[in-house]
Amino acid sequence: MRKLKEFIIEKLILVCGLASIFFVVLIFLFLLKEGLSVFKSISLPDFLFGKNWYPISDPPQLGILPLILGSLLVTVGAAAISIPLGVGAAIYIAEIAPAKSKEVLKAGIELLAAIPSVVLGFIGMVTLVPWVKNIFHLPTGLTALSGSIMLAFMATPTIVSIAEDALYSVPKTYKEGAFALGATHWQTIYRVLLPAASSGILAAVMLGIGRVIGETMAVMMITGNSAIIPNSILQPVRTLTATIAAEMGEAVVGSEHYFALFAIGIVLFVISFAVNVTADLFLHKRK
Amino acid sequence: MRNSRRSEKIAFFFLFLATLLIVVPVGLIIAIIIQKGLPAINWQFLSDMPRSGMRAGGILPAIVGTIYLVGGAILFALPIGLLAAIYLSEYSRDNLLTRMIKLAIVNLAGVPSVVYGLFGLALFVVFCKFGASILSGSLTLGIMILPLIITSSREALESVPDSFREVSLSLGASKWQTIRHIVLPNAVPGILTGTILGLGRAAGETAPILFTVAAFYLPQLPKSLFDQAMALPYHLYVISTQVPNVDEKIRYGTALVLLFLVLFMNLVAIIIRYHFRKKKKW
Repeated sequence: MRKLKEFIIEKLILVCGLASIFFVVLIFLFLLKEGLSVFKSISLPDFLFGKNWYPISDPPQLGILPLILGSLLVTVGAAAISIPLGVGAAIYIAEIAPAKSKEVLKAGIELLAAIPSVVLGFIGMVTLVPWVKNIFHLPTGLTALSGSIMLAFMATPTIVSIAEDALYSVPKTYKEGAFALGATHWQTIYRVLLPAASSGILAAVMLGIGRVIGETMAVMMITGNSAIIPNSILQPVRTLTATIAAEMGEAVVGSEHYFALFAIGIVLFVISFAVNVTADLFLHKRK
Repeated sequence: MRNSRRSEKIAFFFLFLATLLIVVPVGLIIAIIIQKGLPAINWQFLSDMPRSGMRAGGILPAIVGTIYLVGGAILFALPIGLLAAIYLSEYSRDNLLTRMIKLAIVNLAGVPSVVYGLFGLALFVVFCKFGASILSGSLTLGIMILPLIITSSREALESVPDSFREVSLSLGASKWQTIRHIVLPNAVPGILTGTILGLGRAAGETAPILFTVAAFYLPQLPKSLFDQAMALPYHLYVISTQVPNVDEKIRYGTALVLLFLVLFMNLVAIIIRYHFRKKKKW
């Protein structure tokens, strides 16, 4: 009797062990199931590179190039801000900060990771957006730049914590060797620690950018949501994620618009899959 | 030598500046929300229905909805996540399957939250015909926090020393008895920490509940698993972008309640972790 009970429990444990694989596959299958239907009415190149996103005109125009460029612009802007800040802060916390302030700084950054994105979006709307409007004398502060700044901020906890881990895991002997040769602390960081931790730092940067691409609420609230091809970072844009969040509520189940939003979901899923698998490879290379 | 000292000073100054540029705004954001939100908080705000098109009254249905959703998510995710963690920590070998499970967990954690929303819509709302309901929303949130629960529970289980297991096995206990009576009790604090962090994460997410459960406005509290519900993060989104002329106080007040809920859970998790790390006997 006990044998049977344990047998059942152990099988249950195995099944649950496989649950994460099951769910990843299930998510992908359901995105495909709904999203692929859009390609009955539009070809893949027309979908990816079409310049017009007018999903409710008749016939609907479902080119997501403006959305891809919107996401790209916001992401590049966020990366340009968050990579130097995040890696810099990781170096400071891992190497330079005195033990006491180290804990405070780490707690502060963990706190940032815990703040819900809708709260950050709200704060961005009432603080950042008016600033951007006034500083650049724009008709509206809801721009790609505002989105980039807020997303950069949101990506830093990921970058800092993983880059800091990478710096910690460099063997102490490297550092001691550099000191013994007369290098200053900064020379040691710059010439020895950073190169040794480079693959971990690269993974940190990739995961941070992955977070930026997938972020939805804050970006929807502060980038202005206009689906046109942007030619400046001071214009409103609409990202892939914000398009899904803003339009799915109105799309009729089974319409082309509905299928197209799922197809955007496939694009996002594939991007995040690629980012995570590559980052994982870099992290494992280190070990 | 003097030059390299000077460049070290400059470099360290910039690194310090980068850190400040991240940490100071965090403090400012929290300070602003507390300062502007606190005047809105009173018993009526927390216990009343919204009135006048959500421009007055309280946020009770949003609080209740969030509690239901978070509770449902954890009921779903904790058993599966815990058993998955037991598999990874106690049963799995270092082979291709384990590698794939770990990769799947990493990917599940990286899927954008709005894609979870799409998935929940396609699977639970449309395919399973649960409709936009607390059930659909809870299941979607549950799958979203699964990787967090698995990862933290696994760490907790793996930190139990092997000698504990060896003693138990040498006394004639079976593998499951060892896990049940020796490994699990010693891993409870770590599992609890992860669970609470999962609660906080589920409470704050908006995108996964957009199309699976969230209601713009409901005049009464949800009565069954198949009802729609309001939720705090979605309510904050609605009153700050969809409804014009909402008093700033109500927006900040809602933001404060949500922030407090999430940060409070994080604080509890940190305290549990700290407390048990001190008490640890090994």
